[in-house]
Amino acid sequence: MSKYVVAAANEILPGQRKLVNVRGRPILIFNLDGDYFGILDRCPHQGASLCKGQLVGLVESDRPGQYNFTRNNEIIRCAWHGWEFDIRTGKSRCEPEKIKATQYNINTKTGSEIIEEAYEAETFDVAVEDNYVVVHL
Amino acid sequence: MNIQLMDRVATDQKIKLAIADCDIHPAPKSVPVEIYPYLSKRWQDYMETYGIIYRQGFPTGPAFPKGQPNAARRDAYPPGGGKPGSDLDFMRSQHLDANNVQLGILNPLSCGQGVQNQDFSAVYCNAVNHWQIAEWTSKESRLKASLMVPYEDPSASVKEIDLWGGDSNFAQILLLSRTAEPLGQRKYWPIFEAACRANLPVAVHAFGYGGAPVTGGGWPSFYIEEMVGHAENTQSLLTSMVFEGVFERFPTLKLILVEAGFAWLPALSWRLDKLWNRMRAEIPHVTRPPSELIRQHVWLTTQPMEEPEPREHLLDTIEWIGWEKLLFATDYPHWDFDEPSRALPIRVGKEQKEAFFLKNALELYNLN
Repeated sequence: MSKYVVAAANEILPGQRKLVNVRGRPILIFNLDGDYFGILDRCPHQGASLCKGQLVGLVESDRPGQYNFTRNNEIIRCAWHGWEFDIRTGKSRCEPEKIKATQYNINTKTGSEIIEEAYEAETFDVAVEDNYVVVHL
Repeated sequence: MNIQLMDRVATDQKIKLAIADCDIHPAPKSVPVEIYPYLSKRWQDYMETYGIIYRQGFPTGPAFPKGQPNAARRDAYPPGGGKPGSDLDFMRSQHLDANNVQLGILNPLSCGQGVQNQDFSAVYCNAVNHWQIAEWTSKESRLKASLMVPYEDPSASVKEIDLWGGDSNFAQILLLSRTAEPLGQRKYWPIFEAACRANLPVAVHAFGYGGAPVTGGGWPSFYIEEMVGHAENTQSLLTSMVFEGVFERFPTLKLILVEAGFAWLPALSWRLDKLWNRMRAEIPHVTRPPSELIRQHVWLTTQPMEEPEPREHLLDTIEWIGWEKLLFATDYPHWDFDEPSRALPIRVGKEQKEAFFLKNALELYNLN
């Protein structure tokens, strides 16, 4: 498994997202409260770009008339048919065990770790003191 | 890992099958800029002063947005601004070229139909007919227009059909499904007669403003019920057309049901046949089984396609309807767009696939 540096950590602030391209794969990176997540930018339903979708919360109900709204902006809703995917797990709202957005392992590394471990970072000037978002592929 | 997805990425790289898209929705960039040139000053002033009054249950109109803003794909907004479906160049690059659309049928919505002021409805439909040629079909030969008629005023509709009959810019006559009366009733027969005279199919697109609820059981609470209701009210209009004797009276009439689903058709046909057998005395003018009339006269567009599990059930359903009766459609640029390479979730033979995606439409519209 190779590791690719795709962005400086401060390029994707909490609540933001960025579309990157790693070895021909469009990968959508999210920052949720400081944690980074990555999913393939293709809806598993009919292939729309998830990047164009809307961030929403999770609405659940224990019984008719009752609504619980949680996890604001942690769900991406597809730009076409509105399929919803949990950014933290990639799982779909409708069939979580069966239909999932392809997820990638994302973490952050310091500049010094990246230089030391010889990550692939062709397009980046890596500074020792900064943090970077890394995709494992 | 999601293995299906990997297959699908591979599919994208193949050369795409040529398709017909029998439900594309164009929108004016701006009504004053693109529609007013075809409306007299009297009607421009009328629209500015009084607006458009529809026949509908809620005074402020149907709820919007419908699932997505403008009921549209969020990626369908032209980069230069304007509504989804309003920019021909962007439609070409995002849809016509990208999906190898060889024939696209334009179905303008909210463009003069179902308007309560009958005179305004008639002039607006006429303006939109001019607009479709000026902005779309004259610039893009893959696109064909729908002849808009103010269907609640059949004599004005007949004038409009006779005006354009024989003009190859138009592929069909367009009505909306929620008419003021059930569509088979005699009030509407002059439209069917004129359609036969012009040798144009009549397409009935789901939606519209008939004044009655979208369901047979009253006004629903949720948008999702409206989405389901289109299938329901389309079944009602088809039942009306069968039992009123429209297909007996107009033996060359071709009817296309647009955006109402299709999997319900076999069950409806079975039910109509059963009742017809028992109650022929009530409707002696219907001399053939309803299923036969439907098979002869009715086509359906595919979007929004049902997605049963297991998927093979879709094959059974299409067999019951007939592979030759379905016309592929995406509904571009609306949110419930069916992506051509993934819409049919099952493997089918080459002949069936070509019929489904292109040949049925070319034959029906006499464009071979």
